[in-house]
Amino acid sequence: MPEGSPARPVVEVEHVTRTFGPVTALDDVSLAVEPGEAVGVLGPNGAGKSTLLSLLAGLRRPDAGTVRVAGGDPRVARNRARIGVTPQATGLPQTLKVGEVVDFVAGHHRDALPRDEVLGRFDLAEFSRRQCGALSGGQQRRLCVALAFVGNPEVVLLDEPTTGLDVPARMGLWDSIRSFVHDGGTLLLTSHYLEEVAALAGRVVVVDHGRILAEGSVDEIRGRTATRRVRFSAGEVPDEILTGADVLTQAPRWELLVADSDRLVTELVRRGVEFRDLEVTGASLEEAFLALTGPGAAA
Amino acid sequence: MSAAGPARLTWLHTRYQVLEALRVPVVIVSTAALPALVFLVFVVPQAQGWQPVEATAATAQLAVFSAMSVALFTQGAGIAEDRALPWDTHLRTLPVGAVPRFLARVLMCMFFTVLGVVPLVILAAVLTAASVTVSQFLLGIAALLLAGVPLLAIGLSVGFSMPAKAALAVAQVLLLPLAFTGGLFLPPEGMPDWLAAISTWTPTRAGRELVISAATGLELPSSVLPVLAGWTVVFGAVAVWAIRRDQGRRFR
Repeated sequence: MPEGSPARPVVEVEHVTRTFGPVTALDDVSLAVEPGEAVGVLGPNGAGKSTLLSLLAGLRRPDAGTVRVAGGDPRVARNRARIGVTPQATGLPQTLKVGEVVDFVAGHHRDALPRDEVLGRFDLAEFSRRQCGALSGGQQRRLCVALAFVGNPEVVLLDEPTTGLDVPARMGLWDSIRSFVHDGGTLLLTSHYLEEVAALAGRVVVVDHGRILAEGSVDEIRGRTATRRVRFSAGEVPDEILTGADVLTQAPRWELLVADSDRLVTELVRRGVEFRDLEVTGASLEEAFLALTGPGAAA
Repeated sequence: MSAAGPARLTWLHTRYQVLEALRVPVVIVSTAALPALVFLVFVVPQAQGWQPVEATAATAQLAVFSAMSVALFTQGAGIAEDRALPWDTHLRTLPVGAVPRFLARVLMCMFFTVLGVVPLVILAAVLTAASVTVSQFLLGIAALLLAGVPLLAIGLSVGFSMPAKAALAVAQVLLLPLAFTGGLFLPPEGMPDWLAAISTWTPTRAGRELVISAATGLELPSSVLPVLAGWTVVFGAVAVWAIRRDQGRRFR
């Protein structure tokens, strides 16, 4: 590669639209992921995350636009050798043993990782001879994530990798995933937990209703979502006070998400709005994120 | 980061499909034990004093029954069940095309068809006068696999066109009528005329005649090959339509 010329993105999504009957799952979405980058796609259920992932995995084709992964169309089987995907936890073949499932996936590749290395990395070595159906939920989850790495892929696509795991299990899995990125792998994961995206990804893409709402580093997104929740009872509130706030409920009991709660309260007092039962709470990251994707947030 | 070749992938998928099926006791029971049981209960008690040809024919017709239950249950109902599993969707994300996976299904079907014949052949050799030469035996197995082609097409049509519960019900509904009209339980010589007329046109009867002819050297009725070909073409077309429709729904 000539010096200075940027490497081609590993994931290239260009103006992709995908509908399912009357539902528009993705609406003119463009996204590029550079080699070695870890990107988190954040959004509530039904935002279009899974559709995006299914296009990247070659399971679905876009109605319009192009999808390229690792330099090729993921609909072509041969190109999928460079992509690692995680099955759903409930989807493992119950009667096959852990080692057999790993060998089976490895059999699709010419340069798969050795079985023991995969099992060791994901803390599954002792379960190699156990049937998948006899694993605990957490162990199944680990195996599913491990399967994405078996083929020594260039890019790994993870769908909600640690949903439903307890904290130590989650931390362990995050460490395993991070080591892949550390070694130069490209990662794209979806989640509805900002915490998970923050732990694994350097860049965040916020999607809802099939569109990209915000994009930036984890800190930038965090900054944009540094939000306070303010509740109070009052009648009419002048519009100027509400500028920039996300109004969740209106009179008689107002509930707002705002960036600066001090300013809001000061304004209420200054303009003589009669209010009572004032509550100010820090919005959780989840709530803040909902504020970003909720109704009116895109406006 | 590069994918394995198609031959290796076909072999890989065949191996794992067989392995998965072998771990489910119901599969073994329905493919291997059921035809053997029918043979023990219905054939062996009457086989005293039979000529070798009669006993060989009785064995052959139950081998066709075994092939049919593999096609309807291991394939038909099994495919419908697999399609509903998330693992089947996951397989689509691996670097393997549709052809190796389809061939693996056919090979797996062949494996269980032959497996189902093993207990039959042992029982027939030990308990009846049935006897074949090596070449007749091999011809018989080849004829059985050929007779299994239209049955496989029916199995694929069922498996890809309907949900698991419906596929299982349809397989059960098809099994006995096809077996009886095909003369797989009771020889067609005892059939009333109207039934004998219908029988000639069934894929099971044609399959039965083909296998018996191969294993005993009896003359092959001229209707057999056209009937087998006709069912294969019709249900092959239905299967292709059903597979395309299924793939279109799930992966387009």
